[in-house]
Amino acid sequence: MKFLENIVHKMEPKFAKGGKLEKWNPIFESFTTLVFTPAHVTSKGTHIRDGVDLKRTMMTVIIALLPCLLFGIYNTGHWEMVAAAGDRSLDFWSNGGDKMIAGLIVVLPLIVVSYGVGLTIEFIFGMKNGHSLHEGFLVSGLLIPLIMPADVPLWMVGVATAFAVIIGKEIFGGTGMNILNVALLSRAFLFFAYPTSMSGDKVWMAGVENTNVTGFTGSTALGDLASFMSEKPVFENLETFTNNYSLSDSIFGYIPGSIGETSMIAVLIGAAILLITGIGSLRIMASFFAGGLLMGLLMNVVGGNDYIMLPPLYHIALGGFAFGAVFMATDPVTASQTATGKIIYGLVGGMLAILIRVLNPAYPEGVMLAILFMNVMAPIIDHYVVQSNIKRRLKRLKTT
Amino acid sequence: MSKTIKLRKGLDIRLVGIANKVKTAAAAPKTVSIKPLDFHGMIPRMLVKEGESVTIGSIVFQDKYKESIKFASPVNGKVEAIVRGEKRRILEVLISLDENQEASNSGAIDINALSGEDVKAKMLAAGLWPFMRQRPIDVIADPKNEPKAIFVSAFDSAPLAADMDYVLHGKNAEFQAGLDALSKLTSGKVHLTLNGKLPADATFKEAKGVEINTISGKHPAGNVGTQIHHIDPINKGEFVWTVNTQDVANIGSYFLNGVYSAKKTIAITGSEIKDPAYLEVIQGTNVANILEGQITSDNVRVISGNVLTGDKIAADGHLGFYANQITVIPEGNQLKFVVTKGWMGPGFDKFSNSRLFPTYLMRKKRFTLDTNTNGEERAFVMTGELEKVFPFDILPMQLTKAAITDDIDGMENLGIYEVAPEDFALCEYVCTSKIDIQDKIRQGLDLIAEECM
Repeated sequence: MKFLENIVHKMEPKFAKGGKLEKWNPIFESFTTLVFTPAHVTSKGTHIRDGVDLKRTMMTVIIALLPCLLFGIYNTGHWEMVAAAGDRSLDFWSNGGDKMIAGLIVVLPLIVVSYGVGLTIEFIFGMKNGHSLHEGFLVSGLLIPLIMPADVPLWMVGVATAFAVIIGKEIFGGTGMNILNVALLSRAFLFFAYPTSMSGDKVWMAGVENTNVTGFTGSTALGDLASFMSEKPVFENLETFTNNYSLSDSIFGYIPGSIGETSMIAVLIGAAILLITGIGSLRIMASFFAGGLLMGLLMNVVGGNDYIMLPPLYHIALGGFAFGAVFMATDPVTASQTATGKIIYGLVGGMLAILIRVLNPAYPEGVMLAILFMNVMAPIIDHYVVQSNIKRRLKRLKTT
Repeated sequence: MSKTIKLRKGLDIRLVGIANKVKTAAAAPKTVSIKPLDFHGMIPRMLVKEGESVTIGSIVFQDKYKESIKFASPVNGKVEAIVRGEKRRILEVLISLDENQEASNSGAIDINALSGEDVKAKMLAAGLWPFMRQRPIDVIADPKNEPKAIFVSAFDSAPLAADMDYVLHGKNAEFQAGLDALSKLTSGKVHLTLNGKLPADATFKEAKGVEINTISGKHPAGNVGTQIHHIDPINKGEFVWTVNTQDVANIGSYFLNGVYSAKKTIAITGSEIKDPAYLEVIQGTNVANILEGQITSDNVRVISGNVLTGDKIAADGHLGFYANQITVIPEGNQLKFVVTKGWMGPGFDKFSNSRLFPTYLMRKKRFTLDTNTNGEERAFVMTGELEKVFPFDILPMQLTKAAITDDIDGMENLGIYEVAPEDFALCEYVCTSKIDIQDKIRQGLDLIAEECM
């Protein structure tokens, strides 16, 4: 690697202060620090530093997302074939290679657009503010395609990414300063800006619009469930629904949905990676799941319609609940920062997600809104946790 | 009531180069130095000129604003140079040594016959006061304040730290005399805190007239700040004084022999030292002859003190006033290729408190770490990592942020009066975003000192 190192050393003066290409330095720095950990040494304070840095941390999250990505690609391919054939009973694991390729053709462009738009904006802001690329978007850029429906138009993903990065993050000061989760914000933007193309039964399977089979719809489990609240439910009652979507199908993810969210198994592999490495917060994940189960049970007790009576385990296995709990709610920047705060944040977030799902027919998926709402609430939760710490100290003064 | 404390939080950084228990006396150095920069916030007024001769215990300079605080020469010799930096700030006072290093003996002083004020006056006049440090703010104690307690830690838990049980073995008399003097200075208690993990030396175990507590756990268990927090925490408006273990013996030695004692035993440690061992030296000694032939490579950093809180010095620089060790580690000023030694590498050479490196599983291995920051500075992103190494009922990240934003109310509420920069050393070490937390806390303390004290 001496060869590469020499190139870096040779180019360095040109990009340094006063050099010819000074204003391109942030980009130069971004790429060189990607290839080489820089030669920065400690100057004050501790003389040694922990081996961990933000690059390695973010890389680990990307690795944790890979099972979801791979399964998502395959699943997308599968449902594209289902849509083409108009037959939902197609065997999931046959024609694997074709499905993988079909899925890649759909998913890869989404990833390219998301990273392309996002990184370009980050570089522009980096050049403007004179700093190299901060790593936050490396994860957001992969999360965005994973929470999109398969048939979403590419330009919409581009617009949503741009909105999320500029309004959600850069105007607050960049990585580490944002209030709302960037990836979820992009999804929320699309949801409210283009509601017709982001819900209903037209977008969840690639190519479903062009299917020639009459009567076939690309509906999802949550959409069907939400229809219990309308005049004309898709299924007669809960039993016919569970016959159509078995719990194991939902856990393994053999159902249509956003690209990366369907398989609970893949999500749990990611969760294991995040928890073993200590990057994801166990407090948030566990309390988010607990909150979801609790609210599901509570709703069962209350009763009302068939959706409300859905067993809690279904709630967790369906839709983006598990994905949101593991990858979205745990975003350290937008979640609560105190230990106690994290538990409250997760618990309330999980409960809200189910509450929105079953009581609001307009939003079949409540997880996105619940987490975004909790993002906004996190500073308030932290405020009260910090205040209790302060009060404890003041009490000490009074007792002595 | 003496207390037994167990800590669950903390981190022992296992470095290569722990000192063997062999003690030799160092040859006399060419020069010694007193560095005003060792005493944070103190501005010196020189009492001697370049070329003037000084003797052991004679006063070299005093604090410009608290004139009773004086600083003594540790040797007989001549003021070689007063080194000044920007704006004529005095960086260090170099003193070259005479051949005769005999001290004039003014006879033993009976501590029991003295009142607290007398002890204070004697210590101030003898130049022993800089050994006394105060919390809050972590500066030399203001003699005008009344401390509610005085804390002495009987061990140092920092990486590669000198073993105080070994260093002070057999110095029972001096150490006890020092404690006796300290107990005259406060109406409260003198707390001596022992390491709960190992049996303490008789010097500490048999200390009288003090409250003996034990604390066990990982670093920073040995930090006096941790001990204060768990034994008798500081509230706003209160003062606690602290003294280094060896300095207690030096104070005691003054009262026993009537001579300013400037000898201390330091540990020569670090991965780049050929044979790490203990050495008896003079306070502020030049390290050139100590390190001669001992350093195994060219590209090294010499630290006066430990790797977490010490100061970088030149290979022919001088030992800091409060330092009990010298650590020599490799400089990390090389580019590290991403998949071999960089951020995506296997990481068998990295020590981390996170579980992102396989070395997390090697619970016994010792590591050779260099001074590379292993990444660039970022905004705070990760949460919960500082709390793992900060055994206080204080929120480290929130307090650091309050310090960064000059939020005085926030700092007061969040516990700035209880902490010193050294308490945050491990937080700074583990920080993924590579923020200079100790420096931020110091700036916060400076602001508090200016606005609230």
